[in-house]
Order: sequence, then C-alpha cells, then structure tokens
Amino acid sequence: MRCAVLLFVVSVFASLPAAAQLADPTVTISDKFSERIDIGISTNEIAITSDFSGADITVFGAIDGADELLLATFAYDVVVALEGPRKSSTVRRKERVAGIWINRHSIRFEPIPASYSMSSTRPLADIANLMELASRDIGIDNVRLVPTGGVGDGSRLTEFREALRRIKQASGLYQRDPTGVQFISKALFRATVRLPANIPVGQHKVRAVLYKNNQFVMEKVIPLRVVKTGLEQFIYNFAHVYSLAYGVLAVLLATLTGWLGSVIFRKD
Amino acid sequence: MTIYLPIAELSVNIFVILGMGAAVGFLSGMFGVGGGFLITPLLIFYNIPPAVAVATGANQVVASSVSGALAHFRRGTLDIKLGLVLLVGGLAGATVGIQIFSMLRRLGQLDLIISLLYVVFLGSVGGLMLWESIISLRRAASNKPVSLRKPGQHNWVHRLPFKMRFKRSKLYLSVIPVIMLGFAIGVLTSVMGVGGGFIMVPAMIYLLRIPTSVVIGTSLFQIIFVTAFTTVVQATTNFSVDIVLAWLLMVAGVIGAQYGVRVGQKMRGEQLRAGLALLVLGVGIRLGFGLVLPPDEIYSVVSGSFGF
Repeated sequence: MRCAVLLFVVSVFASLPAAAQLADPTVTISDKFSERIDIGISTNEIAITSDFSGADITVFGAIDGADELLLATFAYDVVVALEGPRKSSTVRRKERVAGIWINRHSIRFEPIPASYSMSSTRPLADIANLMELASRDIGIDNVRLVPTGGVGDGSRLTEFREALRRIKQASGLYQRDPTGVQFISKALFRATVRLPANIPVGQHKVRAVLYKNNQFVMEKVIPLRVVKTGLEQFIYNFAHVYSLAYGVLAVLLATLTGWLGSVIFRKD
Repeated sequence: MTIYLPIAELSVNIFVILGMGAAVGFLSGMFGVGGGFLITPLLIFYNIPPAVAVATGANQVVASSVSGALAHFRRGTLDIKLGLVLLVGGLAGATVGIQIFSMLRRLGQLDLIISLLYVVFLGSVGGLMLWESIISLRRAASNKPVSLRKPGQHNWVHRLPFKMRFKRSKLYLSVIPVIMLGFAIGVLTSVMGVGGGFIMVPAMIYLLRIPTSVVIGTSLFQIIFVTAFTTVVQATTNFSVDIVLAWLLMVAGVIGAQYGVRVGQKMRGEQLRAGLALLVLGVGIRLGFGLVLPPDEIYSVVSGSFGF
C-alpha cells in the first residue's frame, strides 16, 4: 500500500510538464524579484545497501536572471536542506523519585522531519532575519515544534523543544553545514548534503531557497526517495506481511545454527 | 566493516556484534544460562532500539541453548523428562507473562519495571548464590565433604503429592513445585525478555535439590522452547525480531558457547556457581547504578515505531 502511494507521488512529479511550472506546488515564488532558482540531483532515489554507512549527496543548481553586480558582491544566498519523512515524536523527561530516575513528564509533538540536513552559503543568521526563516521552517532552530494534547502548565515547553533538537543533533539526524553551498561559477552553485547512517527510509525532499539581500526570492522542492534494496527490503516486507512465518523461520534458523555449531565443534 | 540491519533500520559495525555474540556465548556455555540477560543490555548500550534488542536477544538465545543443550545431551547431563515437566509450566507462564507485558506497556513505565525487576532478581539471586558458594568453597578448602544433597534430609517440597521418578537426576519428586517453578520462570521470561536461566539454575539447585551437573543441561533444554515461543510472539505482535542481527549473534555465540562448555566441564560445581553469582551480581549492580545515578541526558525521544 505504502509502495503504491510512493509510486503515485513519483509519477505525479515525473509527469509535470515544464511549462506548467508556475502551478507546480513544489515552487514558491516572491513576485518582487525576477530571479529564479533551479536545482537538480543525479538520482531521485538513494538505495540503502547492506554496507550503507551514510552518504553525501551533491545538489547542483543555478540562479537564472541573476544580476552580475549583485553576484559579485555576494548578495545572493542559497540554503539547501534535505528533509526526511515526517514523524510524530514524544519527548520524555526523567526526574528523581525516591532515589530512582524515572520518566515523569512527556510532551508529544506534531510530526516533524525525522531527519534534517542543511547546507548554506553563510550562517543562517547572516542570510535572513529570524522571523522570515521561522515562517518557512528553515534551519534546525526553526523546525516548527507544535505540541499535541495537554502540555501541563507549559512552563517547560522550551526546555522540551531544546532537548528534542539537541538529541536529534547528537544522533546525527539533524545537521548543518553553514559553508556547504559553494558557487562554482557566476550563477552556478553546488551544495553538499550529508545523509547519516541512521537515515530513515521513505519520501524525503530537497528544498533549495534563494535569498537576495536578506529577502526571500524563491523556493524549489524536488523529491528524493530513500529506499532499502534487495535483501534488506525483502526481509523488512516479509517480517511485516508474513510475521508468523518470519517468526517461525527465525526460530528454525536459530535451531539449525545451534545444531550445526554443536556438530562442527564436536570432538568427543 | 558495517552492515545494515533491516528491522532495526540502522548500520552497525559487524565486528562489534560478532564480538558481543562470542563473549556472551562463551559465558552462556560455561554457566548454562541462555545469555539473554547479558545480550539484551549490551545491545541497548550499542544503540539498538530496546524493542529490537529484547526480541532479537530471545531469538539468539534459542541458538545458544540448542547448541548447549545438545552438548549436554551427548554427555548425559540432560534430564528430558524433568525438562518437559518444567516446560508445561513454562509455556503457560509465558502466555500469562505476555498479557502482563501488554498491560504494563499500556500503563507506561514498562522500561522502569523491567529495570527494577532486573535489579531485584539479579541482585538477590546473585547475592544468595555468591554467599552459598563462598561457604562451599571454604568448606572444600578445609577438606570437609562438599555436597548439596544431604541424603535423608527433606524439606517441605518433598512431602507434596503427585510424585514422579526422574532417573537422570536420581530424584523422586512431586511435579507440583517443578511446574510452579516453570510457570514463574515463564512469566518472568516474557516480561523481562530473557531466557530465565539465571533464576532457573539456582532455583533448581537450592529449591528442588537437583544435582548441579544435570541442572545446566535441563535448564538449557527448557529455555529453547520458551525463547522460541517468545520469538514467534514478538515477531507477530511487535515486528521487532531482526533476523540479520540475530544470526550474526548466533554464529558468534554458538562458537563461543562450545569453548565455554569445555571450560565449564573442567571447573568444579561450587566454582561454577561462584562465577555465575559474580556475573549475575555484576550485571545487577551495573543496572542498579543506571537507575540511581543522574543520567547524562534527562530527556529522551521516541519517534516512529522504535525510537532511539
């Protein structure tokens, strides 16, 4: 079912004619400027093989209609971010009760990108003001964290948000590189985005945002699928679809391994 | 060299996993415990999601128990009849235990309950065994006869009805305490996600007065079936058995266990008991510190199915 949905999404993107780009939901444009940004990646699918230990993807892009003078004075800024599939998260806080540390309080947040890897031409604070970045969910500190359900008195909400960002960064799922986007010629740029080893599988998106003199110009989004391949995918599907057979097989494999071991190493 | 685990959904160093499996396999072969109480915490320390660690640990224990039980069977130190009676109680207990497990999970704080159970059981069992084996070792050093089985001395266990003769164990014993022990272990097995050998072995020695040599093989025999049952249940309810991770652990564990069994054969009963006691107590104390010491990060995040 999930596969079918993914295929459908991909085919929608693939069948969009270039001329209809203004109606393309993956493009957001500010009317004030004439510049356009476009990006491309060599693949729309990253395969996780059995020896996957993280990867770098390179995104190439160009600014169309850029002003030569402004380019020379570094007035254009580009932010490229790879956002993972959205998942809801629960943050728990431990407290000492009768000498033992136990989970006391928890806050559940609305779905946020499970991974977020960002590259930019300069540190974000130099590219645009905080309000602007926050309104577009750009940057680790600006990923919108909306609690769901009761949050108690809410006095600890900030701490919970900070903890979520801190833990996501510590695990490598959220990362940033403030110099990861480089201009390779006047209007051509190259962005390197890091995929961690524990990257979640599913539909990711590559977002490229263009700023001119600290003002938003345009945003372009292209999809990227992260999939398991071959045996990994087969095992995962088998475990979920035929779980009883999978369990029995796991037990049989264990029995066989144990028996073989005792036969091979039998000396007496 | 890294390998991607399809169910845990992360990449791990293959040699770390093989090393863990071999070390735990060696200890489990030596002391006749499944090793679940060692492998599960080790996997969690290595960032495997707890749900996957518990389920995969059970799967791995099946292999090491099969291997160990076969070795004991060939040496004639396995009482199949006694094992089957224990198993009757064990499977019933595991079924009840799974209900308790789901109930605890609904109430929250399952992790805490599991940790507390570990600390209480490992601590008390390890402490008692260490105390007893030190007394035995000192008695052996002063050349007094060392025997746990004192002929003619019977406790309340031996006055119960439905007696059955267990030839291998040289016992004539009521089935009631045997089934009850199996049941209790079965409950703990599914709640704590371990084979239960570390409780089973001392309980059989001290409560039922079964000879140490037969206890280890018999305990391994019944652990095979209880952990196999747990594996299937975990696979169908939580989808958390990682067959790739389990198989790596198994291969290393089975090899380690063969050497462990040989070392164990060369040691005397009271030395084995003292060693197992120290191991059990050590893990219990380590987990106890984890509950009491201030954690580095008081926040934790769970997202998606398993969290991290």
